[in-house]
Amino acid sequence: MNATPSLAARTGTFFHRYANPGRFLRLGARLQPWLTWPAIVLSVAGIVWGLFLSPADWQQGDSVRIMYVHVPAAWLASSGYMGLAVCSLLSLVWRHPLADLAAVEIGPVGASVTAICLATGSLWGKPMWGTWWVWDARLTSVLVLFFLYLGHIALIRAFDEPQRGYRAAAILGLAGAVDLPIIKFSVQWWNTLHQPDSITLTAAPTMSTDMLWPLLVCTIGFTFGFAAILVARLRAAVMESRVRTALAMRRGRTEAPGDAQDSGPDLSGAVA
Amino acid sequence: MTHLPYIVAAYGMTIGLAVILGTGAALRLRRARARLAAIERPSRAERAGGVSAP
Repeated sequence: MNATPSLAARTGTFFHRYANPGRFLRLGARLQPWLTWPAIVLSVAGIVWGLFLSPADWQQGDSVRIMYVHVPAAWLASSGYMGLAVCSLLSLVWRHPLADLAAVEIGPVGASVTAICLATGSLWGKPMWGTWWVWDARLTSVLVLFFLYLGHIALIRAFDEPQRGYRAAAILGLAGAVDLPIIKFSVQWWNTLHQPDSITLTAAPTMSTDMLWPLLVCTIGFTFGFAAILVARLRAAVMESRVRTALAMRRGRTEAPGDAQDSGPDLSGAVA
Repeated sequence: MTHLPYIVAAYGMTIGLAVILGTGAALRLRRARARLAAIERPSRAERAGGVSAP
């Protein structure tokens, strides 16, 4: 009798094709320049355009230029956490070894861009609202996102046995994803000091195209930069894991079998 | 510019953090690549030696 594999099994097979660290290292090495150079060129172009060439706002004056770094940081804070949640799902359901490493690497980068989002928002809020901070729904939900990142970073490193840390952090990563729609819709669900979204999928942008274009260039450039940093960190993490495995195997030859300590996901079958 | 200190601080923080994260990732990758190469070199030599040894 021929058994048809379930959807979960087929999906797992698809993802595990990309779990081979050797294949990932080759793919990552090829991708790296295609992420890094567009990131540098587009980010520099977007920043120069936003700072010196785009017009000032009729109400906010030049402080609107903070938007060109604040909005991309906010976008990356949310999408970075979405990536973390996907890695958590891959880890919990399919025990994908690279997903655990990716989750470890996304945490600090995501927390950094969330901190930048909060700090630049505060620097924009002070001249416009007259205060550095208000406990408004958008600001508070992004602050919660920052704490979720910090909790994930702490939890994934909190256990002597790495696999337990990965499982616990994956549960937190998935549960924390509930904050993403709250961030997105907070300006509609509650009466907030933060302005509603200027760019939506369903309506025309409410800002001038003279401001929209540099914002898009900055956002695409920063997104490439985020991806480039993540790929570089993940490649380094895979290599470090291989070094640990090789050292453990060498120790295993000289010590009794079973003495070698497992220090991470098994990526030893990664020979190119 | 009317709010220059705020703009300079916002851009300074963002660019500074991007440089720190980017440089950190590049240095870490270089270090990991060097360590991996150093570890794989003897094992390849061992394998080559094992094949050619009588």
